[in-house]
Amino acid sequence: MTDSTAQSADRRGDRVYRHSTGTRLWHWTTVGTFVVMLMSGLMIFNAHPRLYWGQYGANPDPAWLEIGNEDRRGYLRVGDLDVTTTGVLGVNNTQDGDLTARAFPWWSTIPSNYDLARARLWHLTFAWVLSLTMAAYLVATVFGRHRRDLLPAKGEARPGHIWQDIKDHARLRFPRGEAAARYNILQKLTYLAVILVLFPGMILTGLTMSPNLNAKLPFLLDLFGGRQSARSLHFIFAFGLVGFVVIHLVMVVLAGPINEVRSMLTGWFRLPREKTK
Amino acid sequence: MNRLITRRRLITGLGYTVIAGTAGGLAVSPAFRDLVLKGGETLSYNTHRLVGRDALVREYSEAEMSPDFRTNGSTAGSTDEWLAGRENGFAHWQLGVTGLVAQPAQFSLDALRSMPSRTQITRHDCVEGWSAIGKWTGVPLAEVLDRVQPQPNANYVVFRCADRMGLSLYYESIDMVDAYHPQTILAYGMNDQDLPVGHGAPIRLRVERQLGYKNAKYIMQIELVESLAGIAGGKGGYWEDRGYEWYAGI
Repeated sequence: MTDSTAQSADRRGDRVYRHSTGTRLWHWTTVGTFVVMLMSGLMIFNAHPRLYWGQYGANPDPAWLEIGNEDRRGYLRVGDLDVTTTGVLGVNNTQDGDLTARAFPWWSTIPSNYDLARARLWHLTFAWVLSLTMAAYLVATVFGRHRRDLLPAKGEARPGHIWQDIKDHARLRFPRGEAAARYNILQKLTYLAVILVLFPGMILTGLTMSPNLNAKLPFLLDLFGGRQSARSLHFIFAFGLVGFVVIHLVMVVLAGPINEVRSMLTGWFRLPREKTK
Repeated sequence: MNRLITRRRLITGLGYTVIAGTAGGLAVSPAFRDLVLKGGETLSYNTHRLVGRDALVREYSEAEMSPDFRTNGSTAGSTDEWLAGRENGFAHWQLGVTGLVAQPAQFSLDALRSMPSRTQITRHDCVEGWSAIGKWTGVPLAEVLDRVQPQPNANYVVFRCADRMGLSLYYESIDMVDAYHPQTILAYGMNDQDLPVGHGAPIRLRVERQLGYKNAKYIMQIELVESLAGIAGGKGGYWEDRGYEWYAGI
């Protein structure tokens, strides 16, 4: 560590090619598509902010989740739980500042005003983009090299190893050097849950809500236990994905946002230098 | 530093250009936005017509019916003709079937009831998101069409209704695939009784593979047309004229 140039190269770490072109294009397409799907979906939910289980469900039937208002108080009800959410859910301000009775506020929806027709056009158009890019990514992953990045390596799926990884994450102790180029086991399991459960669940429950596809693909109704159950699960999966995005962004920030975002843009990742013992 | 334009860099660059261009276009250009969103609707309709044109929707058992089937939209007709009809149980009500047909005809309620009937317990899905299951009895639209003989250039069946939303009379339209679908009926009965006023008396359309707003109530007249362009707002229905999709199978 006496040579100054060697030291600077050492501090910056080695560059490795971490993300393929396909993965990067899919990632950023999905970022945009997910934002449109979520925000237009919240607007659609605003048209009937109640969720049910079973084949049918409408205003006279009991809802397991409801966002509503009474006497200018906004509330979120889940089962017997009632939370006052005035200002955000149920009762909030429009873009012009007027108080309004609306489940999700203007800043969370596409369009910002109450417009079910327009929200459906956004949602059902970008559903094509989401489904086709997701299908392409899954096919490429299953049959390509990316599968090896995502599947747990030998010994990684052991409870002991997973527990160790949980402890390391809790202490914000992230892998350095060569190991940082690979996904760790918690990352692999999370990504697998997202691409194999949450996204396919999102798409299939979405298809189940189409009356015409119910006729063509009646097994979907049995798979999810009815159209209203599918609608509820659609909502639950959506917030599962929101939870994933929040954790994903926190981890990017903790792991070094510039290096992480750059690697998803250019493919090249700079390995964090091994700590000097 | 390697400054060569490799194939990988070219693909990546093009891909990012497409993503950024699409996002930018959607954000700043209303015309581009409408083009993309209209394209999505057309893609969905054509795909749905490509797969399962004849598939039947699930029919439920009596035990699976909604205990309380809510009404929606208008809950009564408002034209003089409809109001007069309600006074006497629609005894003099006549359904006119006109337009591109070889044999224009009028059908009284009794005439429709005497034709072959179909009873089905199906799910009604509102565009807002709720669903209700009810039992509908009526005459298949195909039976009515067989009696008037549509001409080859008839592409749509238009339903003109007696209820007003604001100042406009409600109307709807479907294509010939849905018109001849076995579960597409003109319902005069609901849950083993005469069709209640709130649900569209004397007859309403049940087009089971599409959302609630396609299922026009208070039908007074049926017209077969080649194009929807000249009718009201030109989009094929009251809600369609206000931005909703004409194809509501999703």
